[in-house]
Amino acid sequence: MGKTLAEKILSKKSGGDARAGDIVIARVDLAFAQDTTGPLTIRQFQSGNFKRLANPKITALFFDHAAPSPNRELANDHQLMRRFAKEAGCLIYDVGSGVCHQLVAESLAKPWDVIVGADSHTVTAGALGAFATGMGSSDVAVVFALGKTWFRVPETIKILVSGELPPGVMAKDLVLQLIGSIGADGATYQALEFGGEGLTNLKLSDRLTVANMAVEAGAKVGLFPSDRITKEYLNRQKRGEDFQPLTADYDASYQRTINISLAALEPTVAQPHQVDNTALARELKGTRIDQVFIGTCTNGRLEDIAAAAQILKGRKRHPRTRLIVAPASAQVLLDAIGAGYIRSLVEAGAVIMPPGCAACLGLHQGVLAAGESCLSTANRNFKGRMGSPKAFIYLGSPATAAATAITGEITDPREVL
Amino acid sequence: MLKGRAFKFGNNISTDHIIPGRYAYLRSNLPELAKHVMEDADPDFAAKVTKGDFIVGGSNFGLGSSREHAPLVIKMAGVNAILAKSVARIFFRNAINLGLPVLICDTDGIDDGDKLEVDMAGGTIYDKTSGQKFSFSCLPEIMLDILNKGGLVPYIQKYGDFRL
Repeated sequence: MGKTLAEKILSKKSGGDARAGDIVIARVDLAFAQDTTGPLTIRQFQSGNFKRLANPKITALFFDHAAPSPNRELANDHQLMRRFAKEAGCLIYDVGSGVCHQLVAESLAKPWDVIVGADSHTVTAGALGAFATGMGSSDVAVVFALGKTWFRVPETIKILVSGELPPGVMAKDLVLQLIGSIGADGATYQALEFGGEGLTNLKLSDRLTVANMAVEAGAKVGLFPSDRITKEYLNRQKRGEDFQPLTADYDASYQRTINISLAALEPTVAQPHQVDNTALARELKGTRIDQVFIGTCTNGRLEDIAAAAQILKGRKRHPRTRLIVAPASAQVLLDAIGAGYIRSLVEAGAVIMPPGCAACLGLHQGVLAAGESCLSTANRNFKGRMGSPKAFIYLGSPATAAATAITGEITDPREVL
Repeated sequence: MLKGRAFKFGNNISTDHIIPGRYAYLRSNLPELAKHVMEDADPDFAAKVTKGDFIVGGSNFGLGSSREHAPLVIKMAGVNAILAKSVARIFFRNAINLGLPVLICDTDGIDDGDKLEVDMAGGTIYDKTSGQKFSFSCLPEIMLDILNKGGLVPYIQKYGDFRL
């Protein structure tokens, strides 16, 4: 019997024959925390008297969730992290570098890696064929110290994609549609594995968006094979030597298979207050929006900003609708400036935030008031996430966000293309 | 035997219900952070909960963020254990890693305010108010071991490594 992507990676990293349901101890290739989970990770590390890191070169701290620090308390947390990084000699990505998951994709993740991060969206690196998953501070602190952790090898749901995305439809619509159909706990304790001939039509940026939201269906990982598109991306990032092919065996065993035709997808929106509460954008026409937010580890990449800028170029945001854009990394920001996207966005009335998580989790840079509605390109719309528990968060693609910014109400981007 | 009162919640209680992201600035000030436990699910929970009580959820309890502060503030509130039909995986590991029991069982028959008695070794829950008895599924051995050592950090301190 062949193996799924998850079984292959965990077999290699545990040095055994890992099969769904087994409990294994696996070597970890990268462990990290960010500025809202890092302080507790450091304190757990210290409370265990672990003294030193297993390997400082595979240990990283990121400053993205509240960056630059918006208040004294978080400034103190940043200071604690900088001191720890200096003493321990680990990698540090300070304020302005970008969102941890984007930086992991750009600079650190490799096919066949096992990656753990004290952040649920660590699954993003599954786009590069890495078994990447979110954990809490205690788990990550122990990985910092030992360089390994335990896993239950997950069963896998195979997602077979075919065809090509139509104009105005983005990878975000694919993953929202998927979560809407299987539910917010549709893949709990399981792996999502993507395959099918349609994968050749999904760029690495698309795959990052899809893998990023695997956790919104409860999945442990969202895995893509490592193929020509992975190789081209790593080459562009000047990391060609990190490429290794990775494919699932033809006779691997899957819990179930779901077929998705990319051509049949339409712009999709998750309504408050759950990610699986999906509807088509056109069905929500007339829903007034106070703030549009484009960015995050889900949709803050160059391709996302390009999609928004192309729609907004030469147009203005609706006077009642604020437009906030946060590039996912410094590299994205520089590339977006170079391509003229930032100019188009600012001329359309956007405010540009520093690379980081920005408004995504209600700490700064676009906190919502009671009764306000936001159309966000992020991955989560839970009650209270972006500020007031009486605010309403809708999730959509960068194209849907740009179209919505123009009209001031939820708009199918195909109406403004 | 654990004894206490049930606080019943619905399905899909997220980590933002348990401890909203907007309070991240209090994460290094745990006594202040803990005052907001379950705030967006029940604003009065922190005032009502007493030591030994149980949180009873539906399906997919604890979905969302990896913040370990979610089970941490529940533990700080004195909650004995979380009972739910299913629990999101990161929250599940985080709770066990802090020594907070998570019991997977059918919670439909338990109502808010019911008096519960939980026999951890026997794997049973007795609802004194309704007179019903429930059983809960056992944890994988490694999780049970971590729980019995009081959490992951004490477990590693004792063994120096993971044990299968």
